[in-house]
Amino acid sequence: MPLTDSLRDDILASVPSLRAFAISLSGNGDRADDLVQETLLRAIANIDSFQPGSNLPAWLFTILRNLFRSDYRKRRREVEDAEGNYAKTLKTQPAQNAHLEFEEFRNALDKLPQDQREALILVGASGFSYEDAAAICGCAVGTIKSRVNRARSKLSALLYVEGAEDFGPDETVRAVIGGNGG
Amino acid sequence: MKEAKKQGGLNAEIQSRIGHQLRAMYDDVVRQGVPDRFAELIRKLDGPEAAAAQIDKTDEGRD
Repeated sequence: MPLTDSLRDDILASVPSLRAFAISLSGNGDRADDLVQETLLRAIANIDSFQPGSNLPAWLFTILRNLFRSDYRKRRREVEDAEGNYAKTLKTQPAQNAHLEFEEFRNALDKLPQDQREALILVGASGFSYEDAAAICGCAVGTIKSRVNRARSKLSALLYVEGAEDFGPDETVRAVIGGNGG
Repeated sequence: MKEAKKQGGLNAEIQSRIGHQLRAMYDDVVRQGVPDRFAELIRKLDGPEAAAAQIDKTDEGRD
């Protein structure tokens, strides 16, 4: 369809979540913004192939995901850059404890295989249905479901099982400890 | 039996914590809104040809 003003607005409205997706995938703020820029250019260059009334965010996410994939094959991620650059993209620096917890989470996420990481982000953070996520990744719905499940188990093992002693007395544990009376 | 139930409860708690952390990380970026460079880019491009031309320019700039 032609590039109408309302379509421009809709594309612009998707930019915040495209950035969040790009940063979650790449772990690198600068690279994420380059990916978003390239996604926008390609989306507008190919706007004639967008079906009016279809899911615009899913279409844009598909472009970004494919760009990331082809770029990934060319050069491995610069893992050492990830934490520093990502932290710089945050508007407000989290408090110390929250920051440590955040870094741990980011590191664990980086350890997931790429297929599982993208499936988990699309479903668990971007809020896409399993069907939309499957369309974005070009695979079956069942495949997305199993990737999301494997991603969750792996994160839980990395964050909470290996370091079980780090699992502080949160509400559930307190409830268990305190719930043996009566 | 009781042990298994406790295990399941802890697992659900961990899963909800992971979901919360994932969304917190993501939403942190979403809340930053649209950086000026992207708003300008989209406003500036008057159509598919202009976007395609800019892609070619970017590709040339790479090694």
